[in-house]
Amino acid sequence: MSDSKKNHRGLEPEVTEKLQRQAAELAESVDAGDYAKAMTLINELSEVRDQSLYREVGRLTRSLHEAIRNFQIDPRNAEQQEALSKMTDASDRLEYVVQMTGEAANRTMDLVEETMPVANALRDEAAALRDEWQRLRRREMQPAEFRELYGRIDRFFVSMATDADTMYSNLSEILLAQDYQDLTGQVIQKVTALVKEVEEQMLSLVVMASHVDQLTGTVHQIEEKEESAEKGVGPQIKADEREDVVSGQDDVDDLLSSLGF
Amino acid sequence: MKILIVDDFSTMRRIIKNLLRDLGFTNTDEADDGNTALPMLKSGKYDFLVTDWNMPGMSGFDLLKAVRADENLKTLPVLMVTAEAKRDQIVAAAQAGVNGYVVKPFTAAVLKEKIEKIFERIQ
Repeated sequence: MSDSKKNHRGLEPEVTEKLQRQAAELAESVDAGDYAKAMTLINELSEVRDQSLYREVGRLTRSLHEAIRNFQIDPRNAEQQEALSKMTDASDRLEYVVQMTGEAANRTMDLVEETMPVANALRDEAAALRDEWQRLRRREMQPAEFRELYGRIDRFFVSMATDADTMYSNLSEILLAQDYQDLTGQVIQKVTALVKEVEEQMLSLVVMASHVDQLTGTVHQIEEKEESAEKGVGPQIKADEREDVVSGQDDVDDLLSSLGF
Repeated sequence: MKILIVDDFSTMRRIIKNLLRDLGFTNTDEADDGNTALPMLKSGKYDFLVTDWNMPGMSGFDLLKAVRADENLKTLPVLMVTAEAKRDQIVAAAQAGVNGYVVKPFTAAVLKEKIEKIFERIQ
């Protein structure tokens, strides 16, 4: 692409030469008051423009065709059909990432929610037993109460062992639930490579389109499309390198307190 | 204390619900965007609203404005828990009458601090 970019940048030397000559003649004949000749020259000038334009459009059409072929979306042969499915596949792959991360998050939270009450029960029973134990040490306990405490401590040791086992196995399952990172990481890397490829090809198309604009003298009114801050724009990437974005809760708090919050 | 949690991702709703439960708030309901949340707020006698910003349907920012514009809801405390991190947005939320702003990713301690601050101011 870089070669053809050089060739396409301006008009061909012969054309520019012709343009310069005719422009000079035009100025001369206007100065001399020969308007009929001036009109003829203007027509010739626009003809030169049209001709070079047609030639350039032809060339661009060929490059465009080439670029589209490089896009690998010409589904005429099996190989390219596969490439096309690679494109549509990308959204399936990302869907898979969403699904995997969602499942992992829910699996982790299931296990956490299952483990928390176990930890709570252990803490409560330990606290209750400690109170009883203190009473025993202060010799405030009746023999019947002591026998009760004796059995309770016994049961606590048993449940401590099983509960610790439960917690340990839940924790290791939580550990395993993080394996999505490996799988989704690979998928995302593949999609990123594809996006880069598409970006490069798109860039070629944009360069070509700008050549057409240059030749025809077309100026586009491009409206800056600003993301709707009201709708929300989602997480900011590289927040710490940007002035208009806060880089954390401390920044938010500072900003709000500067507003009198 | 009845709390409505609004977020389009169920995992985030679940995280907030768990953190609120640890803070002693067990009476919570969930909605997945402003359009679902607003009728619930209007009929549900909620004491507190925790909402995300970026959601399909009605955004959390529009929900905040709708709450402030409603005669019966306008004093409802609103905490925004969101990934939206542009300064302009935070200023806009403050001007629209948000009571607290927590930016994701956040910690349990931050959420606790902001909620306590809001209730301190109300009482």
